[in-house]
Amino acid sequence: MPSELVHKYLRIDHLPHIWCAGCGNGIIMRDVAVALQELIDDPEVPVSRDKTVVVSGIGCSSRAAGYLDFDSIHTTHGRAIAFATGIKFARPDLEVIVLTGDGDCSAIGGNHLIHAARRNIGLTVVTFNNDIYGMTGGQYSPTTPTGDKATTAPYGNLDRPFDIAQLAAGAGATFTARGSAYHARETTELIKQGILHKGFSLIDVYSVCPTYYGRKNGRGGPVEMLQWQKEHMVPAATYYAMSEEARRDKTLVGVLTHTENPEYTEQYAALVERVRAQSGK
Amino acid sequence: MTGRKKLVIDPAWCKGCGICAAFCPKNALEIAGEKVRLKEGGECVACGACEMRCPDYALWLEDLEE
Repeated sequence: MPSELVHKYLRIDHLPHIWCAGCGNGIIMRDVAVALQELIDDPEVPVSRDKTVVVSGIGCSSRAAGYLDFDSIHTTHGRAIAFATGIKFARPDLEVIVLTGDGDCSAIGGNHLIHAARRNIGLTVVTFNNDIYGMTGGQYSPTTPTGDKATTAPYGNLDRPFDIAQLAAGAGATFTARGSAYHARETTELIKQGILHKGFSLIDVYSVCPTYYGRKNGRGGPVEMLQWQKEHMVPAATYYAMSEEARRDKTLVGVLTHTENPEYTEQYAALVERVRAQSGK
Repeated sequence: MTGRKKLVIDPAWCKGCGICAAFCPKNALEIAGEKVRLKEGGECVACGACEMRCPDYALWLEDLEE
């Protein structure tokens, strides 16, 4: 009998999951489950299990929609946000949560990402960002840092990486944040904020892939990779108290951008009302 | 949160990654035979740091029965 959380919110007949030993995805999936549990249990918050949909695409990360015991849909590669847009459009009353990876979200699904952000449709996207395509054998992804190695970049990656959160914010997302596998509690809080935010939210969570990214780049195993996150990624309260000099090699764990703009499905409902009133129907 | 908690370990789900042991603030856990266990004399204070970062949900806190 696993923990109450796992028993209640995960499909335990599908566990243990297929992710490798020390994969950060298991930690991030738990963060999502805890965030949802805490919102569902909070009487002040209108989030309910029956009105929550979990959508994923393809890749290691996207197995999560199969493990989480909600109404869920495991879609085609890169199209999680497209399916989620359809669900939200048909049923704006649902909380639609997209679980995706760096490749699924920013390569194959890059166009869906930027246009969902541009529309500011009320989805919450959580990226399990491990800098590599794990499931297919360690090819470089749009977030693999320049110079790092991958199966398809044996001499080092030439490309400059995307910062998925900045990309989403630049395209119009009204809530963006960064989490990490190590900073589980902080990441859970950011996911909660993203779900509660009205509009397009993206929480870019740095995962760890010891099997491919770690091994190919001499980053050690899961413990060393999480230790790196502990040392180089800093929660907001500490980060903003640091000098600019001290922040230079640090990455913020916290909210990156937060603005208010009209949400797309509300604008659509208003449009329908307006047109109906004009036509007298 | 109510009452005191105790640590429960299910070795069947443990993949032996060692994250729990590495980040246990009391250094109370160890990996033996690729599975986690409480060290002999290990002083678990039921803080939950291991449960929070276990990718495999192999250990967790439960309410201690009074």
